[in-house]
Amino acid sequence: MALVAVPVPFGQYVPADSPVHRLDARAKLGVAAAFTVALFSVDTWLGMAVAGVVVAAIVTISSVPWRLALRGLKPVAWLLVFTLVVNGLRWNAPDPAVHLGPISIDGPGLATGAFFAVRILLLVMGTSLITLTTSPVALTDGLSSIMRPLGVVRFPVDDVAMMLSIALRFVPTTAEEAERIVVAQTARGARFDEGGLLTRSRAWVPVLVPLFVRLFRRADDLALAMESRCYTGVGRTRLRQLVMRPVDWLALLVAVAVCVAVVVVR
Amino acid sequence: MAALREVSLALEPGEIVAVLGANGSGKSTLVRMTNGLLGADSGSITVDGIDTRDQARTRDVRELVGVVFQHPDDQIVATSVEDDIAFGPENLGLPRDEIRRRVDQAIESVGLGGLERREPHLLSGGQKQRLAIAGALAMRPRYVVMDEPTSMLDPEGRSEVLALIGSLRAAGHGVLLVTHDLAEAALADHALVLSKGETVFEGRVEELFGATHDLPAWGLELPPIAVIARTLADSGVPLNLTDLRPAALAEALCR
Amino acid sequence: MSLRLTDISYTYAADTDYAEAALRGVSLDVAPGELVLVLGATGSGKSTLLRIAAGLMEPRSGSATIDDDPLDRASARGAVGLVFQDAESQLFADTLIDDVAFGPKNLGMDAVSAQAAASEALEAVGLAPAVFGTRSPFSLSGGEARRAAIAGVLAMRPRYLLADEPTAGLDAGGRRLLKSLILHTRERAGVVVVSHTAEEFLGEADRVLVLSAGTTHWYGQASDVVADPDVLVGAGLVAPDVLEVQRLARQAGLSIDGFVLDPDRAGRRLAEAGGWL
Repeated sequence: MALVAVPVPFGQYVPADSPVHRLDARAKLGVAAAFTVALFSVDTWLGMAVAGVVVAAIVTISSVPWRLALRGLKPVAWLLVFTLVVNGLRWNAPDPAVHLGPISIDGPGLATGAFFAVRILLLVMGTSLITLTTSPVALTDGLSSIMRPLGVVRFPVDDVAMMLSIALRFVPTTAEEAERIVVAQTARGARFDEGGLLTRSRAWVPVLVPLFVRLFRRADDLALAMESRCYTGVGRTRLRQLVMRPVDWLALLVAVAVCVAVVVVR
Repeated sequence: MAALREVSLALEPGEIVAVLGANGSGKSTLVRMTNGLLGADSGSITVDGIDTRDQARTRDVRELVGVVFQHPDDQIVATSVEDDIAFGPENLGLPRDEIRRRVDQAIESVGLGGLERREPHLLSGGQKQRLAIAGALAMRPRYVVMDEPTSMLDPEGRSEVLALIGSLRAAGHGVLLVTHDLAEAALADHALVLSKGETVFEGRVEELFGATHDLPAWGLELPPIAVIARTLADSGVPLNLTDLRPAALAEALCR
Repeated sequence: MSLRLTDISYTYAADTDYAEAALRGVSLDVAPGELVLVLGATGSGKSTLLRIAAGLMEPRSGSATIDDDPLDRASARGAVGLVFQDAESQLFADTLIDDVAFGPKNLGMDAVSAQAAASEALEAVGLAPAVFGTRSPFSLSGGEARRAAIAGVLAMRPRYLLADEPTAGLDAGGRRLLKSLILHTRERAGVVVVSHTAEEFLGEADRVLVLSAGTTHWYGQASDVVADPDVLVGAGLVAPDVLEVQRLARQAGLSIDGFVLDPDRAGRRLAEAGGWL
């Protein structure tokens, strides 16, 4: 159980002043979407290699340390291995070249598995580049700007944007509070690491209950504070302005063009 | 159970009024009434003539009265300092350059220059509280109501915030300072003490500091330095009972 | 018999780019019956020190022992009580008695003994079990909740109690109650109070540790701090006003022979020294 919070920049955002950082959040989201489509259309190793080079180039330009860029792969490492195994290993196959009992390695299968695994790897790295180079404020502003057309069908765009923004704002604060409660209960003899699934789940009640009570009280107080500053949910203007500069349009256009080319040419 | 019973007070621009009382004395209820969050069962609450019950003018009331609550974390809404200060002006639907102007001025008034892009959880307690005050100031209020602004702060944060309160008065704001700390109340021009929802004292702060026998019953306590000041004053040392700076006392003593 | 930290150091995220030395070469010891006051400004390493003293984190170097055994989570369990600044946020159970019994139950006590220990602890903090026992912890006022949380720690009868800013945010009455509670606990336990202000506990402390940027700025007898409050200033702390006014008076030439913390006595001595009495 980690008692110590390593001060990794929140939400993986690594502040810096690179061309990638300076791109409009919406352009980045669009580029990521195009990249994803292109990635799933590629079916040659050459194409995959090109995609890899593109990702590597962007990481370099963004001046984000490689260690942090690769950190996003940790949670999916199991998925990569699983993909390799599922595709590359056979059970009771006839005439296996390499085998250990009923389990054998299937050459072509392994290659396919590797291909899929590399695709997942590049997908994860490519999308994590967005959160690495875009501040939480810019992300929520970008998302709500993109969602704006949904207002036509009465989707509460502004309310959702406000909720997203408040949620983001409170993640680090809530994490700190959770840590303190865990420490306090540990000091009262609570154990979080023993017993079966049921025991372990129950062990978290003394942490989750106070945390939720705090959160509800906080929500009440926050609502009062927001009302005191005249929040009504409507009629708001914004300090920040998202402007698509020529370079943002260019990045978006290039990404879309490449994507289309890839899909067409395969 | 009545939280407040027949409490009256008046606040003018350019003065600090302290409302004191132990926890549960009704102070927080009073705070929520100053800007219309809560209404009174009887009696009236007006801000520059506007009745806080007038729903049509709630926005005007809340522009005139800025409220800073006790826990700064529970008032900060945005992911950066300047975005949070902008929250109020944004709610007022002001044009972008006006919002920018107000944010810059508020940051300067509270001394958070250089921290515009900082995320709130990385601020110290004192900085968070000053951010909350900046958020209120960006509404350009005439009156600022503060609920125990320094109770959760360390000494450095306390003195930052107290200095800021003094400068708010100097800038012409009317400040209502709700607290249980007599040392804080020393800043005020006059004071009101609430006990179990009722007014038990009203008058100048010096008189309050002199009421040593009543303070415990009201749940209040003279800060140790004020006890010394009292003793010295009783021995004939000419001093201001509410100037609690050790240097001022030493100086008066040696005269 | 003591809780002893010797020359401990701790660095967060030691093998990464974010390494942050929180403590370097700090020592502290407390025996049952003693009260040690740890003073430091925000960021001085107080909360790291607290977690290590509670056995929740291991120092990177130096040694931590409890009654001559190595101090770790197992040996600290039940022996070292920890009360945080916002202790009331640990309350979670349906009834107060259940919440206070949480600690004793975790230590292996059976339901009946745990309940008895909880009752006793509630009584000790001034929350009569008959009245408060069946109430929800969330229905308590701030001061009551703080005391309820402390009851939850005292119910485990720890030999050592670590308290972080125990009186923060409380009004005069609440502070007085809490202080007497801590002094009462000191009768059979070793108490460490961590704070950023000296006023509250300097008079009752045996020793004072002044932390500054993770290192020991000063460690010695509390009476020495009273005699020379300047030791606090170098660590970014403010000397108590009561001492400061006596220091300034002496500096201005008045004959003040040793400083006192009690404001009544201090006031009289100052008035005498100044020739006003």
